[in-house]
Amino acid sequence: MEPFLAVVVGGLFAAGLYMILRRSIVKLLIGLVLLSNAANLVIFVTAGLHRGVPPLVPEGASAPLHTVADPLPQALVLTAIVISFGVLAFAMALVHRTHAMVKTDDINDLTSTDS
Amino acid sequence: MLIAVLSGFVLAVAAPWVRQYTGRYSGWVIGLLPAGLTAYFASHIPLIAAGETLRVVHPWVPGLDIQLSFYMDGLSLLFALLISGIGTFIFIYAGSYMNKRPDLGRFYVYLLMFMASMLGLVLADNLIALFVFWELTSVSSYLLIGIDHKSETARKSALQALLVTAGGGLALLAGFILLAAAGGSFEISELLSRGDVVREHGLYLGILILVLIGCFTKSAQVPFHFWLPSAMAAPTPVSAYLHSATMVKAGVFLLARLFPVLSGTLVWSVVVPLFGAATMLTGIILAMRQTDLKLILAYTTVAALGTLTLMLGIGTELAVKAAIVFLVVHSLYKGALFLVAGSVDHGTGTRDITVLGGHAKALPITFAAAALAGLSMAGIPPLLGFLGKEMLYEAAAHADWLFYAVLFTLAVVISGMLHVAVAAIVSLRPFIGQGQDTPVTPHEAPFAMWLGPLTLASLGLVFGLLPAMAGDALLVPAMGAVYGVPIDYQLTLWHGFNWILMLSLLTLLAGVFVYRSRERIRARLTDADPWINRGPEYGYFRALDFLNWGAQWQTRFFQNGYLGNYLRILIASTVVLVGGTFLLKDNLSLAWQSGSGMRFYEVVVAVLMLAAAILAVERPSRLSSIAALGITGYSVALIYVLFSAPDLALTQILVETLTVLLFVLIFYRLPRFQTLSPPSARRRDALFAVSMGGLVTVLMLAAMDARIAVPISEYHIAASEPLAFGRNIVNVILVDFRALDTLGEIVVLVLAAVGVYALMKLYPPKSEGQ
Amino acid sequence: MTISMSLVLRTATRLIMPLLLVFSVYMLLRGHDKPGGGFIAGLMAGTAFALYAVAYGTEAMARLLRLDPHTLIGGGLLITLLGGVPALFLGEAFLTGLWWTFYIGEVAVKLSTVLIFDIGVYLVVLGVASTVVLVLAEET
Repeated sequence: MEPFLAVVVGGLFAAGLYMILRRSIVKLLIGLVLLSNAANLVIFVTAGLHRGVPPLVPEGASAPLHTVADPLPQALVLTAIVISFGVLAFAMALVHRTHAMVKTDDINDLTSTDS
Repeated sequence: MLIAVLSGFVLAVAAPWVRQYTGRYSGWVIGLLPAGLTAYFASHIPLIAAGETLRVVHPWVPGLDIQLSFYMDGLSLLFALLISGIGTFIFIYAGSYMNKRPDLGRFYVYLLMFMASMLGLVLADNLIALFVFWELTSVSSYLLIGIDHKSETARKSALQALLVTAGGGLALLAGFILLAAAGGSFEISELLSRGDVVREHGLYLGILILVLIGCFTKSAQVPFHFWLPSAMAAPTPVSAYLHSATMVKAGVFLLARLFPVLSGTLVWSVVVPLFGAATMLTGIILAMRQTDLKLILAYTTVAALGTLTLMLGIGTELAVKAAIVFLVVHSLYKGALFLVAGSVDHGTGTRDITVLGGHAKALPITFAAAALAGLSMAGIPPLLGFLGKEMLYEAAAHADWLFYAVLFTLAVVISGMLHVAVAAIVSLRPFIGQGQDTPVTPHEAPFAMWLGPLTLASLGLVFGLLPAMAGDALLVPAMGAVYGVPIDYQLTLWHGFNWILMLSLLTLLAGVFVYRSRERIRARLTDADPWINRGPEYGYFRALDFLNWGAQWQTRFFQNGYLGNYLRILIASTVVLVGGTFLLKDNLSLAWQSGSGMRFYEVVVAVLMLAAAILAVERPSRLSSIAALGITGYSVALIYVLFSAPDLALTQILVETLTVLLFVLIFYRLPRFQTLSPPSARRRDALFAVSMGGLVTVLMLAAMDARIAVPISEYHIAASEPLAFGRNIVNVILVDFRALDTLGEIVVLVLAAVGVYALMKLYPPKSEGQ
Repeated sequence: MTISMSLVLRTATRLIMPLLLVFSVYMLLRGHDKPGGGFIAGLMAGTAFALYAVAYGTEAMARLLRLDPHTLIGGGLLITLLGGVPALFLGEAFLTGLWWTFYIGEVAVKLSTVLIFDIGVYLVVLGVASTVVLVLAEET
């Protein structure tokens, strides 16, 4: 499954980047969401995929009884998901403010620091 | 010894307050520190004279084999005494000379910082520590030259000095690292005994060139000499201290320090003395052209530094002895003369020798100091300068090859001759004969301002009369430290009637002749100005212009303000560099055949995810695009569910829900989608995006096959329950094993929230923007 | 914010909201042993409030939240830091987990600095989420 998902994640990446490269400023937000999902999946998939073995220790045991999915990339991705939400909120505020102040939605109009 | 070095930095912090509370006596109060240090170092004289050395080690960056180690032998002790001893007088002098200036407190800070770094430089045993102190002296020199930060000349000169010396410093660092690689140690005390290993090493030539660049820039050797005269923009005490007595000698110091390691090869003996001789002659000839007392002194300093380099380059026992003696001679008379120049400036309001004249009556004590120092500079018995000059002549005449012996004897004699003339110009001319009216009615300098020059100049006389006093205790151990083997030598003023003495007499006569025709020579040299203006300094400015032009060009090219442009450059370079590396590495293996197999519903979820992403890209309306985005997000959550990551699935679902809610909340206040790019631009961007996506796929496939160590998470899995009492290992990692990371991450979240709040809630004043 | 006119949404929100909040606390407390934890629970509570904002408007949401979200963020950060301090007094590294077990009758109650830390994370995430929702949704 990993090779197939690798191709799919590459596709997500391309979709996200394409949206960020657009000049319409709202598309940048969509691209950002796609890109963060793709980046999280990169970490998750490359660590190796396991079915039905969540990294939990059963009641009464001191260690999992069989191999479990690697918990470390999961911990990394968990915080990454929450942080990408924070970043997205920030980007939304930025886009909203820019639009309100500069009255344009073309990124190419934003080439200088003076408005 | 660490305390001795660092005390200057500590006092530097407090210096402005000292200045505030002690007022006009601040120079005396701060001067107590260098005075105490002088006593401290002097107390080591007997030990070092007995042939011992001292080494103190403090750990600093143990992982990189860098220690804060100090090493005291004859050479470093001599320099430490010069630095702290002359420093004492400089502080006392500066307290009076700059009393009225409001920035005196700041000046003390920089000067103390400099003194401490310079002490660190000469005492350091570790090459890296030496380099750090070396650069610190460059930085404090920059701050001191630029102390008049409102004057453009001062700022330019300061920058020039910094660029030249710090640029050389970089070469030096590279040289040090190679040297440590060749010699097997960063400790100078260990390298000193491994000279043979270093000289035979393949890196020797590289080491030598890099170290020489460092030394030559710092010690203002041709063709880097131009920064030193420019540095005269600094206040006179700084010129006396940094730019004649101590800092500019750092390069010479290093040549002497590494003499046992690097010298003795053909390259050294051919190249180093040539640079020294060229610098010596350039300096002294250009000195004749100047009319400003300080500039004349600056050029003679260049000449003196050249002389020292020449002697170390010749490298015979005689030459090393001459270098050490001349070093002390020069520090004493040049420090004194600079301070005299300051006093003359202070007492008359000008430093122009064509205006000055006949002030001996008004400034008697200053004149006495000037005369003593001038006599030493001219090399007239019974001053120490005479001894120094005799030794220079003798060493030059006994250079290893006949050709060099003739060449260098000639050079030293010409230089000596011109030195006599210049000594007369700077130490007699302002005081005797007729002068013009000066801006200020001539008056003597206060006690604090003649104490220093008079003491330094008198020392030249005392040591001249009793050479053994300085010689046995200080100079001979220093000679031994440079030469590598202990030297048994008795300093005497009188070497008997021999042809060297004849040469001295000849020099003196010729010098007097040059002095008498000084106006004509100056006019001749001024005629040569266009030629001189095309010298190395011109090259420096051209190089600077070129750098600025290049920086502007590349900024315009790379940072033109178009986001898309930045991204395309980033993507292109990533794809080309990373992808190129993959292509060039032939052992690349991609994990196309991975163990887990494919299941139908998983493929469906993955395809759904990609299809929704493409839909989100391709939909022309915001609403459908956001809906498609939501589908992608929930599909990602499904992937987490399918592959054993319940925590991730929960997080993803919640975040996705919040994201969609946010989009809905601000939806109507965002502009509609527009088609702004022409089709060709869209095709180009698609190409960039797809190639990057392809690279990510390749990277993932390569990474999956690249595990080279046991995953750290095996520990987390095993220790989760027994040590951290938690059965959800992911959560245990977050709140226990890696809690500090989590703390950092929630701080990032908080910052994002603060950013959102600031952007949306804090408006600039109504006049703008609204 | 245009207040949603859908009666269904409002009624549903009123029913679901308390459940979501209670469930989020449950997720927080069980997070150390089963899927859950401060991040997830905080997001869950944040989603509940965001839902409420969509249904009833941001002002109503701010009233329901009672506390200023900034207080939540600051307090949460402070609590996470406090969770790390006790270990310092025992000579351990900052943020090292410490555990105490109490028995109320037969039931073992486990208290830990780790739980304190996780509660801090919960509050920060809830605070951040509600700040973002409030600020972005408010008419400016």
